Amino acid sequence: MKIFIALMSAILFAAGLAVSGMMDPANIIGFLDIFGDWKPALMLVMVGAIAVHMVSYKFIVNRKSPLLDTKFHIPTKKDIDLKLIIGSALFGIGWGLGGFCPGPAVASLASWESPIFTFVGSMLLGIAIYHYLVKPLISKG
Amino acid sequence: MNEYVLALIGGGLIGLSASIFLLFKGRIFGVSGIVAGLVVPKKSEFPWKLAVTIGLILGGWATLKVFPSLSPTIEGMDPIRVAIAGALVGFGTQLGGGCTSGHGVCGISRLSVRSILATVTFMTAGILTVYLTK
Repeated sequence: MKIFIALMSAILFAAGLAVSGMMDPANIIGFLDIFGDWKPALMLVMVGAIAVHMVSYKFIVNRKSPLLDTKFHIPTKKDIDLKLIIGSALFGIGWGLGGFCPGPAVASLASWESPIFTFVGSMLLGIAIYHYLVKPLISKG
Repeated sequence: MNEYVLALIGGGLIGLSASIFLLFKGRIFGVSGIVAGLVVPKKSEFPWKLAVTIGLILGGWATLKVFPSLSPTIEGMDPIRVAIAGALVGFGTQLGGGCTSGHGVCGISRLSVRSILATVTFMTAGILTVYLTK
């Protein structure tokens, strides 16, 4: 059942990404190009997603537990640090360069186009470099 | 249909699926963290993280079958630029603890200050990058 829910919600999530236009990097670049030929439509993806999730979030976390687990696993970190800012800035640079963030990149794999595989492959490499090389260095301080 | 209407409907679907995920599993639908679980596997979390990844691919495939016009525009993409972009997205989301879904949608929805700051930062960096490279 847990696997089924994970699968179904991800299918719905990807459908949302595709319908909204997030899966086309040309749209993403157009959305970020506020000083040029700005295409503001994708702003409404955030508006739609947050409007729905903000309301349902309040109801859901008021429950004692989720339906298939004994407790919620909501992030509890509160610290504003350089890791958060530098990491997000690097992500944003990559997002502006390629026009993909992780969700749409993975969901686009089925289009079977080579740049998508290049992107996802190097994204996995970037993830591995962080966890296996850089994170051990940072945590040593 | 109008692109603004589609963006709103698509956004609503994203919010709905994140809500279903939270209601059943009690977790945040953050794609960068979930995909990282395939690179740095934890035994208890690997199966559902793999299921989410497969679901994203299946959902993308099915939607593009029905609406081929939504396919990614990949013409004229420079492979080196794409590779650098992917590596930055992979590394940056791990260092920053999230991406557009985890920080942008789920984090802002629960009014997390960390996520709001992260979102402002990656949006600003994305806007500057497009401005400087176009």
